[in-house]
Amino acid sequence: MAEQQEKIFQDKVDHEIRIEPKDWMPDQYRKTLIRQMSQHAHSEIVGMLPEGNWITRAPSLRRKATLIAKVQDEAGHGLYLYSAAETLGISRAEMIDQLHSGKTKYSSIFNYPTLTWADIGAIGWLVDGAAIMNQVPLCRASYGPYARAMIRICKEESFHQRQGFEILLTLSKGSEEQKRMCQDAIDRWWWPAVMMFGPNDESSPHTKQSVAWKIKRFTNDELRQKFIDVCAEQVHILGMKIPDPDLKWNEQTKHYDFGAINWDEFWNVVNGNGPCNKERLAARIKAHEEGAWVREAAIAYAEKKKRKEKVIA
Amino acid sequence: MSNKDWPLWEVFIRSKQGLDHKHAGSLHAADAQMAIENARDVYTRRMEGISIWVVESKYIHASNPAEGSSFYDPANDKAYRHPTFYDLPDELRNM
Ligand SMILES: [Fe+2]
Ligand SMILES: [Fe+2]
Repeated sequence: MAEQQEKIFQDKVDHEIRIEPKDWMPDQYRKTLIRQMSQHAHSEIVGMLPEGNWITRAPSLRRKATLIAKVQDEAGHGLYLYSAAETLGISRAEMIDQLHSGKTKYSSIFNYPTLTWADIGAIGWLVDGAAIMNQVPLCRASYGPYARAMIRICKEESFHQRQGFEILLTLSKGSEEQKRMCQDAIDRWWWPAVMMFGPNDESSPHTKQSVAWKIKRFTNDELRQKFIDVCAEQVHILGMKIPDPDLKWNEQTKHYDFGAINWDEFWNVVNGNGPCNKERLAARIKAHEEGAWVREAAIAYAEKKKRKEKVIA
Repeated sequence: MSNKDWPLWEVFIRSKQGLDHKHAGSLHAADAQMAIENARDVYTRRMEGISIWVVESKYIHASNPAEGSSFYDPANDKAYRHPTFYDLPDELRNM
């Protein structure tokens, strides 16, 4: 019976028929999605912290309004994804617990600090840029609620990347100091952004299954190459350099070759030892705990209102 | 207690006057008023809507996808419900 259901399921996936919450699905498919979607949601939420750091110090009202709007979008993205993940049978509270206990991760990129205003530009260009590369194919993910959330998210992301590039472009035309700031931010964010696509394909054992289930459409290395090819061109407009001496156009492959990735650094940050891991998690836990009374008060108020309505009726 | 979720609500949005409300997603809120306000912030930040409905998710009843084929079966063999079923000459105008 289960075998037959699995066959029907895979058949639907192969024919690009979306899987919906109440449809039969393999346990492992459900688990994989819960892990990936909750990680993704956590990343959107934790991702607000490094950028939030600059809201009060944005250099102009225009920049401040833009940054607030972007950070608010990221909160929205987290909420779309949490509610999509909830359709798989996990509760919001469980997911938040798993984030706080360290059981589920968020993207390691947010464990790096935002040291100057130029970092806000570099995040928009490189971090949102890498996220978009990852997210566009997810709009066709086989799980309906995930794909629909991703469509909404992708529509909103393009302004994020453009505002970031605009910040860098402005700095790149500024004073010597501003130019240095711009290059310094690119130097610090480049490699962590390249690592956002995850381990190399040969060290990513789940990729094959995820591709077969059409949760993933491209492998980590394919997406990484696309990202590098695009950025290697865009950086010229800024008149800046990508901090990779081995970055070179390869006429044969029609792609850019690039230097070795420092996977020790990657695993080190994933395992909790990046520059800001502790600070980020502590900030989330503090916000959650200090907000507890608000959540309780809102429930108490709603119940009181309900009782009053009953009395009147 | 603080780890209990607020109730879940389904959100329906009318994007333009004259169109149907369409399911947009879901969210948590303590009551209907808060659900509508949260829906505005979460689902209409770019003027995607002019009217919002919310309904607590527990009140939604759904058909069973496992019974899909038999449930919709009655409509399967009734091609005569469609205008293209009828053979009429090409000269016939305005119909
Ligand atoms: Fe986002
Ligand atoms: Fe973004």
